[in-house]
Amino acid sequence: MNLRFRLLFDKAFKIAVAILSISVIVPLILILFHIVSKGVSSINLHFLIRDQNLSESGGSGILNSIVGTFLLITIASVFSVPLGIIAGLFLVEVKSKFVEFVRILVDVLHGIPSIVIGIVTYLLIVKPFGGFSAISGGIALGLMMFPLVVKSTEESLRLVPYSLREASFALGANYVKTIFRVVLPTCIKGIIVGTLIGISRIAGETAPLLFTAFGNPYFNINPFKPVNALPLVIFNYAMSPYEEWHRIAWGASLVLVGIIFLLNMTTKIAGKKWEVQF
Amino acid sequence: MRQDSLFNLALYFGGFVAAMIMVIMFGILFKGSVLSIKNFGIHFFFGEEWNPPMEKFGLLPFVVGTILTSILALSLSLPFAISLAVFLGIYCSRGIVSNILRHLSDLLAGIPSVVYGFWGLFFLVPIVRNLEIKLGIMPFGVGIFTASITLAIMIIPYMSSMIVELIKMVPRELVEAGYSLGATSFDVVRKIVFPYIKSGVISGIILAFGRAFGETMAVTMVIGNVNSVPKSIFSPANTMASIIANEFPEASSGLYLSSIVYIGLWLFVITFIVNLLGNLIIRKFRVGENES
Amino acid sequence: MGSSILKIRNLKAGYGKKWVLKNINMEVHKNKVTAIMGPSGCGKSTLIRCINRIHEMVPGALLEGDIYLNDISIFRISPIEVRRKIGMVFQMPNPFPTMSIYDNVLAGYKLNGIRLNKTEKDRIAEEALRKAFLWDEVKDVLYKKGNFLSGGQQQRLCIARALAMYPDVLLLDEPTSALDPKATSMIEELITELKSTITIVIVTHNTAQAARVSDYVAFLYLGELIEFGSTEKIFTTPSRKETEEYLVGKYG
Repeated sequence: MNLRFRLLFDKAFKIAVAILSISVIVPLILILFHIVSKGVSSINLHFLIRDQNLSESGGSGILNSIVGTFLLITIASVFSVPLGIIAGLFLVEVKSKFVEFVRILVDVLHGIPSIVIGIVTYLLIVKPFGGFSAISGGIALGLMMFPLVVKSTEESLRLVPYSLREASFALGANYVKTIFRVVLPTCIKGIIVGTLIGISRIAGETAPLLFTAFGNPYFNINPFKPVNALPLVIFNYAMSPYEEWHRIAWGASLVLVGIIFLLNMTTKIAGKKWEVQF
Repeated sequence: MRQDSLFNLALYFGGFVAAMIMVIMFGILFKGSVLSIKNFGIHFFFGEEWNPPMEKFGLLPFVVGTILTSILALSLSLPFAISLAVFLGIYCSRGIVSNILRHLSDLLAGIPSVVYGFWGLFFLVPIVRNLEIKLGIMPFGVGIFTASITLAIMIIPYMSSMIVELIKMVPRELVEAGYSLGATSFDVVRKIVFPYIKSGVISGIILAFGRAFGETMAVTMVIGNVNSVPKSIFSPANTMASIIANEFPEASSGLYLSSIVYIGLWLFVITFIVNLLGNLIIRKFRVGENES
Repeated sequence: MGSSILKIRNLKAGYGKKWVLKNINMEVHKNKVTAIMGPSGCGKSTLIRCINRIHEMVPGALLEGDIYLNDISIFRISPIEVRRKIGMVFQMPNPFPTMSIYDNVLAGYKLNGIRLNKTEKDRIAEEALRKAFLWDEVKDVLYKKGNFLSGGQQQRLCIARALAMYPDVLLLDEPTSALDPKATSMIEELITELKSTITIVIVTHNTAQAARVSDYVAFLYLGELIEFGSTEKIFTTPSRKETEEYLVGKYG
């Protein structure tokens, strides 16, 4: 093939790749611009500290949804983090064929659609216990967070060099002490970062909450009652015919994206700062 | 030592619970669908009619909707995802531009599905509506096409970061050998890098397909909620995920609810198989990597 | 000839289906430095890991024979007791990254659940760091984490950590192979200084180092003890052909 043609083609390829890559930013900028410009008009102190009570003068607020989102995240973490760490330890420390089987199941769980998890939680918890609740929503979110905690625990544990364990054994520590006093403390920061990543993924999930937490126009921190959350507000209000409600949804979108953005930044900075040197 | 065996027990318990989650999920979905399975069996998959008042339930409209949106979304996103991956992995793997693009791509990946749907509803739908007017079709605005575009935007960062990781696995020596033989960067990408990571890329596509398949919120908000088999890509429709989201709250009768859960069961099984396949392929690729 | 603090009798060790050490019989003399030498893969590291019983912690480990510490079989007492009496320093310096220098030195106590009051802790830490030739360099930064220390300093920290437990025997697994010449010679000086109070077994592939620091040499080849004797004798008049060839550098 002619050299000039090849060089020309190569240059064209480079340019095409660059253009396509940079054009990926276009939708991002559009979306962010939209969210900010439409949402900013709703954001004021009022908005953030009032509940969703439309009849009150001054309009409605999203306090109950913000609180609800945090409540759900907390419940989800309580369920998924301890169990996830133990399962991660299982995957790394135990040697048996069963381990590979479990690892595949956890990976596949990661890919199960959020709405299916919502249905399962509804059938498992909401129906038998007779009502929507924050706990059921938290469990659904916890199920989604679980594979992420397991994976980050596994990866963090693997980063700890074997010689550190040997050093601990050589000092007379038994296996369990070595895990709890040397291995886990060494990689705990990686696990925390992984958990934060998990939280930022579930903070915006809506589908699992549709039939579990369900939504609640009033302020509620009782985990046994239904609770509202930012993604639910956005969904419900966006699909409504009222202009006023759309405005609220944009405001809620801005707050939600803001929270996730902050979480992501924290994760990135913490990940860098907490890198343990061996 | 007692402490050791107690610890081991706790670990096995954790592993057991992790495994049981999937088993229990399947069990619950199956139990919930039993009524519908008894009524329709496998033919549910091919049933063309979804008519709750008449108690006639069939999956086909939603299967077609799901497959159309997923495939369209994948096709739309692939060139962009690959370009971004090649750009970040080969041409611009370090430096300010690379960092900015990477952070922006992460930001894009972090935006929740429901916000994408919201944006799609108020920004894309009017645009598509105008397009449809120009093309002389019914200007719904919502439909498969709009949903596919929204999905495509969501998949791009996910796929591209996966491919960048794969590209980074190609040994430097191979790439340098290619250049020193006189290859252009295009040659290197086409003949050295991609053949090397081929199975990884295939696995990535499969996993992205699985994700598109089960994506709910964004799709629900822009697909139009129409329960018949879509006739063209501009038809409003429903996917397996969006029909559940739309009608679950209204499922009153036993058969209605059971049929919706049956859809959930199908979704579970299909995404299970797709994810299993994708994971097994990438596992083989990684093992092959470690051995070389 | 001093008394034998360690007696190794018919020791065989391996992994999975493969025996790496085949019938080792030797004695380690008290308060002397014994070097274990041999080409890669001859079983030196496996041997010392049998002595402090961490070989058996590897899944699939094989072990036969006996080792006597002060005439008591180490397999009759708990491995934890064995490891308090026989300390180990590894090839790559491995201070615990989440602990300060001070805590690293005392890590053995913490890991064994032994509580000490502050005065005891300070005394033990200072003594161990002085013995390891590290006190002056770290006395002002004791509470900082050790990752800014150089390789040589980190290794001396690991030696201090082992010494803090007041072991009878110190096992060193190629302690200087990852260090520069200056750090190496400091540790060799340290070894010579330490041997008056503690028995040292050092695995090394560096024959010159063995010549410099050791009193006795055991030469291993393909899992067998080819020759054992005083350093002077082995280096000047080795009785086995394999020993001579190794010393001359025919294989490494």
